Amino acid sequence: MDLNETPEMAAFRGEVKAFLETHRDAYAQGAANDPLAWQRLLIEHGYAARTIPKEYGGYGAEPDILKGRIIAEEFIAAGAPRGLAGQGISMLVPTLLEVGSEEQKRRWIGPTLRGEIIWCQGYSEPGAGSDLANLQTRAVEDGDDFLISGSKIWTSTAAQAQMMFCLVRTEPKAAKHEGISYVLIPMSTPGIEVRPLKTMTGASEFNEVFFTDVRAPKDQVVGGRGRGWFVANTTLKHERGMLGDPNATEARLNALIELMKTETVDGQRVIDNPVFRDRLMQLQGRVLSMKFNGLRLITSQLTQEPAGLAGLIVKLQGCELNHQLAALAIDALGELGILYHDGPHLRARGSWQRNYMFDLGLIIGGGTAQIQKNIIAERGLGLPREPKPAVL
Amino acid sequence: MDFSITSDQRMMQESLTRTLAEASPLDRVRKFAGDLTDKGGDIWKAMTDFGLAGIVAPEEYGGLGLTLLDAALASEALGRAVAPVPFMGVVLGPIALMRGGSPGQQAEWLPKLASGAVMAVAAISEPIAGARDGAGVAAAGGKLSGKALFVPGGMAAGLLIVADRSGGLHLVRGDAAGLTRILMPGIDETRRLAELTFDGVAAEPLGGGPELLSALRDAGWVLVAADTLGAAEVMLEKAVDYAKERRQFDRVIGSFQAVKHMCAEMAAELEPCRSLVWYAAYAFDAAPAEASLMAAHAKALTSEVGRFVARTSTEVHGGIGITDLLGLHFWFKRIGVNRQLLGGPERVREIAARIQGLAA
Repeated sequence: MDLNETPEMAAFRGEVKAFLETHRDAYAQGAANDPLAWQRLLIEHGYAARTIPKEYGGYGAEPDILKGRIIAEEFIAAGAPRGLAGQGISMLVPTLLEVGSEEQKRRWIGPTLRGEIIWCQGYSEPGAGSDLANLQTRAVEDGDDFLISGSKIWTSTAAQAQMMFCLVRTEPKAAKHEGISYVLIPMSTPGIEVRPLKTMTGASEFNEVFFTDVRAPKDQVVGGRGRGWFVANTTLKHERGMLGDPNATEARLNALIELMKTETVDGQRVIDNPVFRDRLMQLQGRVLSMKFNGLRLITSQLTQEPAGLAGLIVKLQGCELNHQLAALAIDALGELGILYHDGPHLRARGSWQRNYMFDLGLIIGGGTAQIQKNIIAERGLGLPREPKPAVL
Repeated sequence: MDFSITSDQRMMQESLTRTLAEASPLDRVRKFAGDLTDKGGDIWKAMTDFGLAGIVAPEEYGGLGLTLLDAALASEALGRAVAPVPFMGVVLGPIALMRGGSPGQQAEWLPKLASGAVMAVAAISEPIAGARDGAGVAAAGGKLSGKALFVPGGMAAGLLIVADRSGGLHLVRGDAAGLTRILMPGIDETRRLAELTFDGVAAEPLGGGPELLSALRDAGWVLVAADTLGAAEVMLEKAVDYAKERRQFDRVIGSFQAVKHMCAEMAAELEPCRSLVWYAAYAFDAAPAEASLMAAHAKALTSEVGRFVARTSTEVHGGIGITDLLGLHFWFKRIGVNRQLLGGPERVREIAARIQGLAA
């Protein structure tokens, strides 16, 4: 156990600080004035697309978890935007790097990193949620193309996206997990219809996407026909790691502490109410435990030892904790917490209320809490799978 | 950055676990629990042979000179074994002398503590957890009067570190005139708690000011948290093993999601506790500004998670879980007692709030 920073890392931290100081004019209040220009600047200096090879449009640095962490910490401390995220950058790019063809890598990675192409992910279907491999959207061969029909749901950014990476069934006779292919489809292709899916927050964070004889060239299959399930699984692990990020949770805890120090009831600060204070302390203990669990995970990545349970629990515990932080904030606001739309009494633009609702979606999405518990029990503790039921 | 325990630390912990499996298996624990004349001398001998008595005492006094993190790893192993070893005083005694003792006091006591010839205990419950039944010790003119309750290992100790009502600390010899000890029969029979009565007992003051009591409190919290961590790990492992083996409805019960999710929830709650306990122990020596807050949270969180694991593991076992035959209750009770020692979670969290200026 040694959490001191080496001189090399301290020097790197200094570089990041200096960069953020120099370019302070390019961002204000956490948002870049010109997001695409900011993104290009970040790539040029290695603060975005850091480990993506230069020939594909990245910065080309060796993977270094500690430097990555320093960048994240300094950007959070400065209130600087981290550059573009989104499913193209976080999910498609790692997938292409791992299993894409040379042509696919050269064509798609650079413009995606620079924010010139926005992607959406076509995985879930009405009948394929937790049982994703049961997906039924089918792709039938027609010359050099597939003709795709079916529908997808929970598709974030489908309305803005130029492209979709999509799981479709290309081999209907093959076993459930063997008949799926991972295809790249332009969203402008005739036969695609996007319908916004409004959620309880009042916003349409998701969409439904309908396919009617949508033509997609066969050479845009990634990782080989019938290999789509395995291709998708190489990147689902990235998604689970993002959900439940302890740095984001710690930032939310700090905001909650500020809220409880400033809000008053009958002239008394909420933090001075022992019941609320105890609830805050309970959550602080949990946030700290997940923060140090995160440091342990970084160390196990550095030493290339398996993280085991410490990794498997992050999505379940992190998402639950975020939800509980929002819940306590709403309780601390009391009747102020029932306001939602613009008005003189609304706090934090209604973000606690919105998070409380949206985070419930995150507990369900990306592998439900119940699926996470199955994973923890089966992969982490070695308990047997639920046997297949007799046919009903 | 390295957030892990070293291979030396891992080996020390594994070696202690093996030593405990020899010297203090469950049958031996059972005998200690059921027989008050059993002082556990053979177990203490095995522990001193291992070097446990001097784990944090400086090498110049015959100790191992290790850190609180090493002691916490040992405490975890003791919790795993539900070992009848009053380890808190073993660690707090040398810390009190190193931080608050005069050179003369250090020279007199540290070699004896490090060798295990004398066992120390800390009677600090009242100023930390709060005084019950009017307990508390007053110091005047080099003499102590009053009562200190709930002192783990207090029946056998040859050296007592006693906190008075104002937070001052004193050294008292185990054979001092005017000191009487009565056993407080507890629910966890792997630990023997003492009620100490002081009737004008001669005492030597320790230096170190109020920070010394805080340091003893923080170290005590970390050790209790680590003990709970170890005991809860065993309860989880036993539940998982049982769920893999016990059959009902023609299936092992661990294949039912209702049961498997209980196990997953225990693991999901317990695993982050390990990281928090490690960091709190590390901070005691390496990051003093954070040490008190981290120790408080380690103590409070392991108390809550420990309770959840103790009851859930027992439930996974079904009826056999509550029997004396299985012995699961030794771990259940150990965790239950740890929750209250040096303050229950509500009190500890209130102190955590105070430490960071969030409470008056």
